[in-house]
Amino acid sequence: MTMGDPIISVRGLVTRFGTHTVHDGLDLDVRRGEIIGIVGGSGTGKSVLLRAVVGLLKPAAGEIRVFGESVRDTPELQYRQLRKRWGVMFQGGALFSSLNVQQNVEAPMREQLDLSPQTRAALAAIKVRMVGLPENALGQMPSELSGGMRKRAGFARAIALDPEIVFLDEPTAGLDPIGAAAFDILIAQLRAALGLTVFFVTHDLDSLHAICDRIAVLAEGRVLATGTMAEMQQIDHPWVQAYFKGPRARAALVQKRTA
Amino acid sequence: MTRHPHIEIADDTMRLSGDMLISDIEGIAGANVPSGTISVIDITQVGRMDTAGAWAVVSLERRIGGGGSKPMVTGASQAQAGLLATLREHMPQDAAVPSHKISVADRLEAFGRATTRAAHTAIAMTGFLGQVVATMFGLILHPKRIRWIAIVHHMQQVGLNAVPIVSLMAFLIGVVLAFQGAAQLRQFGAEVFVVDLIAISILRELGVLLTAIIVAGRSGSAFTAAIGAMKMREEIDAMKTLGVDPITVLVVPRVLALILMLPVLGLIANVSGLIGGAIMSWIELGVSPSVFKARFVSDTDVWHFGVGMIKAPFFALIIGIVGCYEGMQVKGDTESLGELTSVSVVLSIFLVIAADALFSIFFEIVGV
Repeated sequence: MTMGDPIISVRGLVTRFGTHTVHDGLDLDVRRGEIIGIVGGSGTGKSVLLRAVVGLLKPAAGEIRVFGESVRDTPELQYRQLRKRWGVMFQGGALFSSLNVQQNVEAPMREQLDLSPQTRAALAAIKVRMVGLPENALGQMPSELSGGMRKRAGFARAIALDPEIVFLDEPTAGLDPIGAAAFDILIAQLRAALGLTVFFVTHDLDSLHAICDRIAVLAEGRVLATGTMAEMQQIDHPWVQAYFKGPRARAALVQKRTA
Repeated sequence: MTRHPHIEIADDTMRLSGDMLISDIEGIAGANVPSGTISVIDITQVGRMDTAGAWAVVSLERRIGGGGSKPMVTGASQAQAGLLATLREHMPQDAAVPSHKISVADRLEAFGRATTRAAHTAIAMTGFLGQVVATMFGLILHPKRIRWIAIVHHMQQVGLNAVPIVSLMAFLIGVVLAFQGAAQLRQFGAEVFVVDLIAISILRELGVLLTAIIVAGRSGSAFTAAIGAMKMREEIDAMKTLGVDPITVLVVPRVLALILMLPVLGLIANVSGLIGGAIMSWIELGVSPSVFKARFVSDTDVWHFGVGMIKAPFFALIIGIVGCYEGMQVKGDTESLGELTSVSVVLSIFLVIAADALFSIFFEIVGV
């Protein structure tokens, strides 16, 4: 693949749970180095799309290519190589509850690479500080952390191997506005420092304004529109209008202008 | 294609080349460096660099610098410079992890803490028992508040659904007793005493005790898991805010159902165990069912049965209280749910056996 090719390319994706069709011929391209925000109403399959792209869920039809390779038909060994190149952060952080934060962040290094314990510990300490956790968090168990700290630790685990793509599932949901804003800044900083491509499932209009390069709107089983925040304002679809021109969107927009 | 990283030292310059990626960075970060002579780290030749590569560069920089002046890092691209700056900011100064040895004093302290924790648990559990009993008396005064549907539901769960496993278990115990007893008794020509052996051991001890152990494993753990899951999902807090007492709604029906059903299960176990023993005696020793019955009726004191049955409600109380108490102790995480479920089963089985021993002494003193 060349640099211009999309890093993630989804074509004609169909996913079904029983008789309920979630995606019906969904197309989406993600470019290298961008932060793409995936929005949509509840139940439009944002998280399902994420799970399909990382291969946790087998779609009924369609093609998903990441780094130019098909996620569905890749043999196990090659898929493992592919998996090293992305990191996923789930909604609640999904930290392993029996491991402390340091062991959680070390887990991908332990599984994928052959590093000495000292190196692993040093790298884990850096990653934990990069996501803005205090150093004493290293020895803490996930149950001792607040929701925001858990998400940060989950993010640290997702970037442990310096992936090229990070998938974030509602990283700012359930955080207070200050914590959410700090998380937005963190994502933007790490994108700049590590050259990440970020696949960002969110509901948070402020996050969309603050850091997303492009937005993809999911509705009616497909991607209704993609474009920048400004372009979203122009799209003539009742749901898109309601979402991006509702009272909360206006407030976020005002905030952005005065900031 | 990745190129392996490489170090070259010429005069006062350390030249790094290749791709500095996490997969083969360890040699670089740990490389020997002559102290004090290097003033420049040149990374012009470095291809790709990730966080781990930047970590290696920064740790080289710090080690060469030691306490004195740090070497200059030159030749970094804009992205690499940004990454290095991020690392310098976030890398802890002292990477050494303090090692802690466990001393005798630590072990003593741990032992002391475990002992006081056990004492606190005993006090708290006794308090919980008191609370449940008080609630039960309160319900007797206000019978309208009793949750009959919940009680019947739990009676089905802990009682009716346990009948197959309990009767099969007791039947096999009867078979084993007859089989093992026969081998010994035959040596004395005292085959017919197998009836007494089976009747007394099953009625007095095994029937109820083993039923209680099975119920502790089956229902005690289910109580802990169910109440613990509700605790995790804040359902119990929700009940409290609605003015619903969790003990009335969750604990009392479960404990009552157990107290009502464990004697019934014990009775079924007794009957099933006797049938198993009788069949095995017939096959193995030729003691016909009619002889078995006659000997059983004439020789076995009804108090053997009574002693067994008296214990059943107490065992039920222990299992119910322990199961519900441990469920209430579950914190927000899944880890504690699993841990407490296993604690609940082990503790209730232990307490049932301990109670059984106390009952033995008591009945010995009373003389039944």
